[in-house]
Amino acid sequence: MTISSAQTYLDANATEPLRPEAREAVIAALDLVGNPSSVHAFGRAARRALEEARSVFGQGFGRDPDQCVFTSGGTEANALALHAYGAGRRIFIGATEHDAIRRAAPGADVLPVTRDGVLDCSVLREKLAELGPALVCVMAANNETGVLSPLGEVRALCQEFGAHLHVDAVQSAGRLDQRFEGCSVALSGHKMGGPKGAGALLLPDAESIEAFMPGGGQERGRRGGTQALPAIMGMAAAFTAARAQDWSSVDALRVRIDDAVKNMGARVAGDGAARLPNTSNVILDGVGAQIQLMTLDLAGFAVSAGSACSSGKVAASHVLTAMGEHDGATQALRVSLPWNVQSAQVDGFIAAYEQMVQRLRKA
Amino acid sequence: MRILVAMSGGVDSSVVAALLHQQGHEVIGATLQLYDHGQAAKPGACCAGRDIMDARAVADRLGFPHYVIDAENRFRDSVIDSFASSYARGETPVPCVACNQGVKFTDLLGMARDLGCEAMATGHYVRRVEGEDGAQMHRPIDSDRDQSWFLFATTREQLEYLRFPLGDVPDKAQVRKMAEEFGLQIADKPDSQDICFVPNGSYAEIVEKLRPEIRGPGEIVDETGQVLGQHEGVARYTVGQSKRLGDIHTAVGERQMVTKIDVSSRRIVVGPRASVQSAEARKVIHLRDMNWLCNPTPEGVRCGVQIRAREELREALVVPLPDGGARVELTSGATPAPGQACVLYDGTRVLGGGFILGSA
Repeated sequence: MTISSAQTYLDANATEPLRPEAREAVIAALDLVGNPSSVHAFGRAARRALEEARSVFGQGFGRDPDQCVFTSGGTEANALALHAYGAGRRIFIGATEHDAIRRAAPGADVLPVTRDGVLDCSVLREKLAELGPALVCVMAANNETGVLSPLGEVRALCQEFGAHLHVDAVQSAGRLDQRFEGCSVALSGHKMGGPKGAGALLLPDAESIEAFMPGGGQERGRRGGTQALPAIMGMAAAFTAARAQDWSSVDALRVRIDDAVKNMGARVAGDGAARLPNTSNVILDGVGAQIQLMTLDLAGFAVSAGSACSSGKVAASHVLTAMGEHDGATQALRVSLPWNVQSAQVDGFIAAYEQMVQRLRKA
Repeated sequence: MRILVAMSGGVDSSVVAALLHQQGHEVIGATLQLYDHGQAAKPGACCAGRDIMDARAVADRLGFPHYVIDAENRFRDSVIDSFASSYARGETPVPCVACNQGVKFTDLLGMARDLGCEAMATGHYVRRVEGEDGAQMHRPIDSDRDQSWFLFATTREQLEYLRFPLGDVPDKAQVRKMAEEFGLQIADKPDSQDICFVPNGSYAEIVEKLRPEIRGPGEIVDETGQVLGQHEGVARYTVGQSKRLGDIHTAVGERQMVTKIDVSSRRIVVGPRASVQSAEARKVIHLRDMNWLCNPTPEGVRCGVQIRAREELREALVVPLPDGGARVELTSGATPAPGQACVLYDGTRVLGGGFILGSA
């Protein structure tokens, strides 16, 4: 299906448009013949490119490049962290975590969030005070609402009680400058403007971890399988470009959307909390997310509804449910501005949203 | 025009979508998720069945938008639960009518209006004909595929908005040929079963699971109350049936049929087939919730009526009643099953219909 240029893409938290720097890096990588594990000249050239990419993340997160393990994406990075650090530990996860964490830790103890979607640290303190080593999984920024976690406080608590803290930084990496010292960190390339197919798990220290796919011993035995060099190089280039970007203009456009939709009677989830510069989760009470999504799609605006299952069916959002929403959890749209969003696109969206409100919100 | 096509993932509705798309209409495909396909799936697991994927593949291939609509709760409440409740009252429901009436022609149709569509099309085999007095519903050209009986409850307002392009197609082979010509991979897909949410055909198990109070064996008795045998659950019986009566036919020496299902006593009442059918009392049937697709006079309408999905027409006078029901005066005896539909025809035209009430 062809996409007309009249379509406006506002679903960056699903995947960011490819950045030109990433495109160039991918194209360059496609010409690298060698397998990074090979001993010959071709292998060496590929390996050098791979290690350069690794250095980008080592430098970006203030750790040794060797503490970066490349994976196929964010889901694998999170699953690897739970595999590596979960054994023998009680596992605690935030109530609004992504399914990549939730489904990799089915028996985990769930930590509640406030009405604004912020992790409740007092509960975490109580839980950690109980005996036994623990693994705590908290996302840096929520994919549906953009709400930021109080990671300073969470980290201090984990240090106090000797718990391992794993941070899912898939939505925040590149958009916010955070290093997460002492934590393991999951990253995803395409959420930064790289191609799909690469991610990384950053380790907190020099200590190695056990692979769940040992394969040929790649990534120093921590993740088997030949590295997806083009995707990895694209991810590194995207990360560098994202970090160099001034996000304040995106943030201003996000605030413009917040203000406009609130004036129309809609609500913004996590309105009282610190949020990502690009994400607004807009609840239109009384109107189902499905019909909103369809209306805007047909009007040429690509947004998303809470948690779309792979069938495309729109289900109630577990994130909004955890924030105390009932019907609202099925009546919300996520607007996530891409890195290259234009002011006129945001104005167009606001106009389309207003038309939709008038049509669907009947007495 | 902008038109929503209700796509099941089967050949028929896929061809409808392809046809309308080819004619230059702005087609929007929509597939209802009616029940959880992955019964063993854990929460959060993908619940979509093959049909949804097929519908989406057709839309993606032809290049029009397609959406999956979650109607699970509504389908459970308005179709599956009421299906079970109807059996628990000793009736024999028609879940497809309830589904067409509610989930499809009320909810999905409302969505189509909300999206600014000028019409909604389905793959049903029925013809919509523009009459002087608005749209009419007729039997399709392909009588083997006739679905008009299941669509009698379509209101006039809904009928104005609906389109049934397959009503004019000569036969299913033609539809499959069109599917092939459109390059649809589902061209050879088998036809769907009678009741979509009963995959293995054992509807009684579903009914007994939802209404455990009616589960369990009971007696088969004659009109005088004399016990003739045992049965293994009232949900397995329908008024008018002769199957599942074991050796009772030979024991009595005459072919028997179910004449009444008494759920409270778990008794299945049978009578001799020949005498029941000639009984004078069965010449009048009362209907509830009439949907009229014509303008009946207070004296009633002389027409043909069909009281089962697959049965010949019977001559009758159908008189509208002030409670929204109707009285059907048949010219010969019949064995109507409470809960089933009684649909009125004038030639190929559907004049309306209602649901059969139990005899008082």
